Amino acid sequence: MLVLGIESSCDETGVALYDTVAGLRSHALHSQVEMHAEYGGVVPELASRDHIRRIVPLTQRVLEAAGASLDAIDAIAYTQGPGLAGALLVGASFAQGLAVGLGIPAIGVHHLEGHLLSPLLADPRPEFPFVALLVSGGHTQLMQVDGVGRYTLLGETLDDAAGEAFDKTGQLLGLPYPGGPEISRLAQQGDAFCYSLPRPMLNSGDLDFSFSGLKTAVLNLVHKNPEARREDVAAAFQVAAVEVLAGKALRALKQTGFHRLVVAGGVSANTLLRSRLNAEAARVGATVYYPPLALCTDNGAMIAYAGAQRLLADAPAADGVFTVRPRWDLSQLQAA
Amino acid sequence: MHRVLQHKDDDSLPSGALELRLPDEAATLALGARLAGVLQPGLYIELLGDLGAGKTTLVRGLLRALGYQGRVKSPTFTLLEHYSVLRFNLYHFDLYRFEDPEEWLDAGFREHFNADSVCLVEWPQKAEGCLPMADVTLRLDIVDQGAGRQATLLPHTLSGKQCLAMLATGD
Repeated sequence: MLVLGIESSCDETGVALYDTVAGLRSHALHSQVEMHAEYGGVVPELASRDHIRRIVPLTQRVLEAAGASLDAIDAIAYTQGPGLAGALLVGASFAQGLAVGLGIPAIGVHHLEGHLLSPLLADPRPEFPFVALLVSGGHTQLMQVDGVGRYTLLGETLDDAAGEAFDKTGQLLGLPYPGGPEISRLAQQGDAFCYSLPRPMLNSGDLDFSFSGLKTAVLNLVHKNPEARREDVAAAFQVAAVEVLAGKALRALKQTGFHRLVVAGGVSANTLLRSRLNAEAARVGATVYYPPLALCTDNGAMIAYAGAQRLLADAPAADGVFTVRPRWDLSQLQAA
Repeated sequence: MHRVLQHKDDDSLPSGALELRLPDEAATLALGARLAGVLQPGLYIELLGDLGAGKTTLVRGLLRALGYQGRVKSPTFTLLEHYSVLRFNLYHFDLYRFEDPEEWLDAGFREHFNADSVCLVEWPQKAEGCLPMADVTLRLDIVDQGAGRQATLLPHTLSGKQCLAMLATGD
């Protein structure tokens, strides 16, 4: 079965083709497309979140790269929520329209389910059940995953997401948005133990997070020590954030008794987080799984994959009447 | 109840304006809670202040006072968070990531400004020229080497003036 996946919940427009036998055939993000050529001119800045202008050329690009034609597609999966209503509607209406035109089913997918299942696109892939740590600019949560569609929320951030804390600390240090990757780069040249920052909720006994206070602690640090080296502040921040994420993830493994940890979302690309998790998991005999690096951020492949799993499990597809769900709790999702 | 608001007699402030000292995070939350009590549907409040000044904390205090028990997160990544509370829809925007004011129109956010909603906007300057006039400007400044906050509230419309007058008298 060949499934076209469409992601448009926030900034990224992502399109991908997933084959349930051959695996991922091709995928593309808007940033990889030479938009100028497609439009015969400069794309205005205001189109930076305009999924409408990207979605057709991206789909054509993905089909070309896979050497497939539209008739070869068996189903279309699209992100139904959560996200920005306007952005979601672009993907949903494009997917539904195309599906009706081709006479094939369309299926709405939960954005976070896409992230949760994205490590299954890697090799080796984890078996069920596992604990998933989802860390991105918009989300920070720990889920118990017993199978496709069987998710239990173990804990989540009570305020800022981890990726947001990285980005905002970057801003406080005068780095351009998004500051996350830049923080990690700076931190490599810094002394993480030059300053001591709090580890919010590390010993709270539950699996919830809080990152807003850490951001404020960085702010106070910078105010009190105007001469502080940015490299040292970045390093102190990164080690504090990583310690909390790793500490809670390990606690979740202990609580569930599972031996597999899956880490997904943009922050899962952070090298310190990876080395810390790998080391701590190894100590307790657990294995950590990550999505392929290119699929850490929002993308169409994870949506195509999650949609394919639901279709394989005979989940009902939408019937042409569709809606988007800007707010959607993953725990409410039914098993396929 | 502990009184957080102090009406400062200062001739340099425009008529109807308020200036308040917030010594800690609890005071920022309490100001949000008091603001919740004087909100009317249709109101648009712009929230100014540097990163970490407490804009989202203030909104959290406000939503708690309106009975919302769920998670209140910063909309920096999502651009918009919507809360349906008892009397109105509350839209919390953060336009920090806008690169061009016209993204405001592109995103279709304009329709959220109506008689049934209260809109709180962080970084409104990123959509300069596209937003309607704010009823109230609420600015948070970081003072005391990062320990405290100074809140300044300025009304720009009749509704804004009424809102701040109620806030000042504590009704």
